[in-house]
Amino acid sequence: MPSETLKEQVIRISGVNPLKCMRCGKCSGSCPSYEDMEYHPHQFAYMVEKGEIEKLMNSDSIYKCLTCFACVERCPRNVEPAKLVEAVRLVKIRQQGANHLKAESIPEKLDAELPQQAIVSAFRKYSK
Amino acid sequence: MKISYYPGCTLKTKAKELDRYGRESAKALGVELEELENWQCCGGVYPTGKDEIATKLSSVRTLENAKKNGGKLVTLCSACHNVLKQVNEEIKTNEDFAFRANNYSKFDEEYHGETEVIHYLEMLRDTVGFDEIKKKVVKPFKGVKIGAYYGCLLLRPSKVMQMDNPENPKIIEDFIRAIGGEPVIYPYRNECCGGYVTMEDKNIAVKKSSAIMESAGSFGADLMVTACPLCLYNLTQNGGGSVPVKYFTELLAEALGVKEED
Ligand code: SF4
Ligand code: SF4
Ligand code: SF4
Ligand code: SF4
Repeated sequence: MPSETLKEQVIRISGVNPLKCMRCGKCSGSCPSYEDMEYHPHQFAYMVEKGEIEKLMNSDSIYKCLTCFACVERCPRNVEPAKLVEAVRLVKIRQQGANHLKAESIPEKLDAELPQQAIVSAFRKYSK
Repeated sequence: MKISYYPGCTLKTKAKELDRYGRESAKALGVELEELENWQCCGGVYPTGKDEIATKLSSVRTLENAKKNGGKLVTLCSACHNVLKQVNEEIKTNEDFAFRANNYSKFDEEYHGETEVIHYLEMLRDTVGFDEIKKKVVKPFKGVKIGAYYGCLLLRPSKVMQMDNPENPKIIEDFIRAIGGEPVIYPYRNECCGGYVTMEDKNIAVKKSSAIMESAGSFGADLMVTACPLCLYNLTQNGGGSVPVKYFTELLAEALGVKEED
C-alpha cells in the first residue's frame, strides 16, 4: 500500500470533507482565538483541500484552538473546521518526539487554584 | 428516586463544593445521586479524531456501567458532561468505533449508547421541575442580579448536547428565577473563557475571560454562576475578578437552606 499523504491522513482522522466549504468565513468570524491564530478555521478548510498541510502543522495556530465548537455550531455547511484543526495537530504530535506539552514544564505552570481538569485537558490536546 | 452520578476528577479535588452542594441539594429535592463505582477520569476534552479509540474508552466504561445501573447518568462538570455525551453519541452512530470499543472492552453485553446522559441542570428542569424547586426555596436570592455563564461545552455542539438553544439559552436563567434571583442576560454568556489554553498561552485566557467579566459587569450582574471548575478558574484568576463567580449548586444549596456554613 502506498503510504498515505498528509492530506489523506488529515481527512481520514477528521472525517471532514473540506470540499463542502463555501468559504463564507462564518467559522473564523465566530472563533474566539481568531486574533491569536496565524491560520484561521476557514483557512484550515481551504489549505487542507489544497494539500498545504505542512504549513499548518508548523504553525502555532494548532495549539491556539480552544475546542469551543463555535465553528462547528455556526458553519452553515456542516464542515466542522475544529476537527481539521485537531487532525492536523494529531498528525503533528504523533510524530516521534513531537509532544507539545512536556511533563517537565507542568510545575512552573501550576498555581494553587488550577483545577486538575486543565492539566488533564491540556495533555490530551497537546501530547499523545 | 435514585440516579447514577458521575462526579469526575476535579469535583473530587479542587471543586469539592460543586459536588457537595450538588448532592445535598439533590437530596433536599428528593433525588439520591448514586456515585458510579470505579469511574475513571474522562480526560477533560472530547477527542474529535476518528481514529482515537483509547482516549475514549474510560468514557465508554462509565456509560456502560451506568447502563447496568438504571440507564440514566447525571453529570455536573460541564466538561465531563460534554465528553461523556459526545462519546455516547459516537458509539451510537459510528459503527467502526462501536465495533472497536466493544471488541476491546468485552462487556457481557455490547454497548451501543443506550445510557441517557443528562446534566444536573437538565435533572432540575426535567426530573424535578423548576416550579417544584421554587416551592422548596426557603432563602430566595431576592433582588440579586445573577449572570449565567454557560461557556462553550454545556451547549455545543447543540446537535449532540441538545440541552438548550445554543445561541439563546435559558436553562440557567430559569434556574436563577427558581431560586428567587434576577437573571442578567449579557452578550458573552456563551462565549468561551479560554479553557485549557491557559496552560499554553495564558494571555488568550486572560483576554477571553476579561471580556466575559466586563460584559457581565456592564450589564449589571452582582454575581455570576457556572457549572464548570475550569470556567470558574479562568473567570476568577484570569478574568480580573470584578464580579464574584460561584457554582450554581452553591446557590441552590443556600436557597434550599441546606448549605452548611463551614
Ligand atoms: S463556516 Fe463552514 S462553509 Fe463557512 S468558511 Fe467556515 S468551514 Fe467553510
Ligand atoms: S473550536 Fe477552535 S477553531 Fe473552532 S471556533 Fe473554537 S477555538 Fe476556533
Ligand atoms: S472532565 Fe475534567 S473533571 Fe471531568 S473527569 Fe474529566 S478531567 Fe475530570
Ligand atoms: S467556557 Fe471555558 S472552561 Fe468552560 S467549558 Fe468552555 S472552555 Fe471550558
